[in-house]
Amino acid sequence: MTVFLFVILASFLFSLLLFGMGQKVFKRMTWFASLLPISLFLYFSSFAKPIMNGEVFNFFTAWVPSMSINLDFRLDNLALLFTLLITGVGSIVFLYTTQYMKGHPKLMRFYVFLSIFMGAMLGLVTSNNIITLFIFWELTSISSFFLIGFNNTESSSRKSAIIALSITGLGGLALLAFGVLAGQLTGTYSIAEMLQSPEIFANHEYTVYLLIFIFLAAFTKSAQFPFHFWLPGAMKAPTPVSTYLHSATMVKAGIYLLLRFTPHFQNNSYFFTTLLIVGAITMLYAAFQTLFKTDLKGILAYSTIGALGIMVFLIGIGTSASITAAIVFIVVHALYKASLFLVTGTIDHQAGTRDITKLGGLRKVLMPLSIAGLIAAFSSGGFPPTVGFIGKDLIYEATLNGGLNPTVLTTMAVLTNILMVFAGLLVGVKPFTGKQPVELGRIKKPHFLLWFMPMILAALSLLFGLFPAMVESLFTHNITPLLTGEASPHLAIWHGFNLIILLSAITIAGGIALYFLWKPSHKKESSMIKFNVWSPKSLALKFADLFQRLSYFLTRTFQNGYLRRYVLIILVLLTLVFGVHVFVNPRIFLSVKEIKELNWNEIVILAMMLVSVIFTVFTKSRLSAIAGMGVLGYTMCLIFVFYGAPDLAMTQFSIDTLTVILFVLVLYRLPKYLKLSNRTNRVRDGIIATSFGTFLAFTIIEIMNETPIKSTTEYYAENAYILAKGKNVVNVILVDFRGFDTMIEISVLAISAIGVFALLKLHLKKHEK
Amino acid sequence: MEILLAIMTGILYAAGIYLILRRSLVKLIIGIVILGNGVNLLIFLMGGLVKGRPPLIPEDGNALEGIYADPVPQALILTAIVISFGLQSFAIVLIKRAYKVLKTDDIDTMNKTDDIT
Repeated sequence: MTVFLFVILASFLFSLLLFGMGQKVFKRMTWFASLLPISLFLYFSSFAKPIMNGEVFNFFTAWVPSMSINLDFRLDNLALLFTLLITGVGSIVFLYTTQYMKGHPKLMRFYVFLSIFMGAMLGLVTSNNIITLFIFWELTSISSFFLIGFNNTESSSRKSAIIALSITGLGGLALLAFGVLAGQLTGTYSIAEMLQSPEIFANHEYTVYLLIFIFLAAFTKSAQFPFHFWLPGAMKAPTPVSTYLHSATMVKAGIYLLLRFTPHFQNNSYFFTTLLIVGAITMLYAAFQTLFKTDLKGILAYSTIGALGIMVFLIGIGTSASITAAIVFIVVHALYKASLFLVTGTIDHQAGTRDITKLGGLRKVLMPLSIAGLIAAFSSGGFPPTVGFIGKDLIYEATLNGGLNPTVLTTMAVLTNILMVFAGLLVGVKPFTGKQPVELGRIKKPHFLLWFMPMILAALSLLFGLFPAMVESLFTHNITPLLTGEASPHLAIWHGFNLIILLSAITIAGGIALYFLWKPSHKKESSMIKFNVWSPKSLALKFADLFQRLSYFLTRTFQNGYLRRYVLIILVLLTLVFGVHVFVNPRIFLSVKEIKELNWNEIVILAMMLVSVIFTVFTKSRLSAIAGMGVLGYTMCLIFVFYGAPDLAMTQFSIDTLTVILFVLVLYRLPKYLKLSNRTNRVRDGIIATSFGTFLAFTIIEIMNETPIKSTTEYYAENAYILAKGKNVVNVILVDFRGFDTMIEISVLAISAIGVFALLKLHLKKHEK
Repeated sequence: MEILLAIMTGILYAAGIYLILRRSLVKLIIGIVILGNGVNLLIFLMGGLVKGRPPLIPEDGNALEGIYADPVPQALILTAIVISFGLQSFAIVLIKRAYKVLKTDDIDTMNKTDDIT
């Protein structure tokens, strides 16, 4: 267990190590970072043999057992497929980046984020605990945010990063909701154990919420319509990031989630129908969009969305054939798409542009790269004998035998695939053929790694195509039964002449024809812009903008930086509360008896208080106001004397005196005591203050009619002498029963005194004078 | 007397709040002081008014007996008076400092940090 936990955490520790190395040391040994994915790839490969024989590895450590959150990892064949993809493509990308971003001043930071991402992704696909799965899911979103916004000096990069984070972050919250709900309903947070409560996922009061949450999570992460728009924006990231995160691995997390929960939902037809519809819309929409893009990465972005749509669509069909097709297609897509992205990256690196209308004839200089591009394009188009051909066969096999309406499903698949052939050829072949435009200038030969890395991936496409048994025994043989309970169909490159071969031929022919007939241009691209107003992206942005303006408005209204405004808002609200209370329960008791019983000294005190308050408020001189305030303090003193509080009287007397002295001493040089506010404001404040005072007085009178609970008082009265040996109960409370509070109070006073002393001693700096 | 003092508490609150809403820093502090007096009076009233019988245990007794003023609100108020002195003294010195630097005691001109360089 500890070894496995270490492996999952290794990437995070490694990123810390890179950070510790510092930019300068790292620059001289960039190859060092690639050791991480390569060794992880080797580690996970070592599991291949036992897992192929049907073993499943569990690693369990209790983490927060009271909340059922555990470090619970489970390496089965589905997880193995993803770990190999993550570490395999990771190794290629890490090595490729050493040259692609050579000399970049923030290269170390780049590798730090990339390592964190890889660790998060490995954790995601091996977690058996739904909560840890969520944590790793969010970590991938966060690392993706930093990588999309890697060129943080460009505002478009930052914007894209924020859009991507908000969309995938929203999905992450939905995943948490799904996890908590499923955990509460099934009584376990272990994904494997949840399988024992199939009724929760099939037909339960809350099943609909489970569906909504898992769909939100998966569709946002895997860029399904209408949440797809963050992915093309994410292409602002450096190409290795696009290759790794936004095509080969991270965007497949949603697919992984759906596949992982396919067994749970196997009796839920809504699950599959929704996936079928959303997948179909996404793949057709995105594949159609590729026609109107001129940026190579834009084309790849939409063809990635289309491919993700195909995967969701295949899961939606829900047969063992379609699941097998989805799994093979994951492998196929990862290989050819990563390869095409790296080819694009190298073209961009050497030629300085990714604009398809400006590229051509690069085969002369970039010969090896063009071979990689060609193979990848062929695999993308499903040409034999690449693995793409097998993938395409399986897709048609699945649609032809797929329940609802085979004709419609197959037609949609063929249409999408024709466009995918087109997109593949456009990216992998077009830049290398024809004549080289003069504007490109002289193009240098790329570093060995820049063509060799895409070549490896392309070669694998070819290898798996020639030996499909490798894919079968490694993956589909075990995964399909794991997910559907049925055996997987046999993978082969040749099934004899049948309808499927015919459809494949139509697809390829259609794609090639489209490639020759349809020339992408800026004119076509801009012709699509007028539809953008209604695209999900602009709607989402409008919503975000509205939300932002609303919060600006609220902030400006309630927190405008003027103290008066804050006080006013609080007071008006309080006045309303008191006022409503007074008007709802009018219980006012004013008796003449009260007036009759007044002594002359009480009358004098009250009169003095009243006069001093009014004087303080309305006087035009600061000194008189301070004097009035002092007199008010002394009348308080008198009240304390009359009503049995000599300690208070003494304290009030000394403190009041001190305050007045301090006031006069410190403030005698202040400017004239001005009336700064206008009449309207004064009247308004007067009304608010008076009504607050009035309602408060009413409320106090009402409260005084209640019989107070005196148990605390009685406790002190009885125990002051017995326990604390003091006869002045107030003093005993302060220095004995609540002695600790008093000590803290003294500390506060001491701090205040230090502050006063410091402020008085602090001399003005020159420019402040 | 209780009711009259309750009304007086209301007046103190009103006066304190009115001064706090002024733009002058000095008025703000005076307002806080008056409001503090109002709060103390309120707490005092809540304990009930008892004339001339402070909570002192007689020489020959072991406990307070009969009618006596409530010691708990008194302890609270005593703390409040002392703490508010801490606040006031610091605020007063701060005003002086603010005036020295900004040459004004108008709060409305003090809500931006950027003006002080």
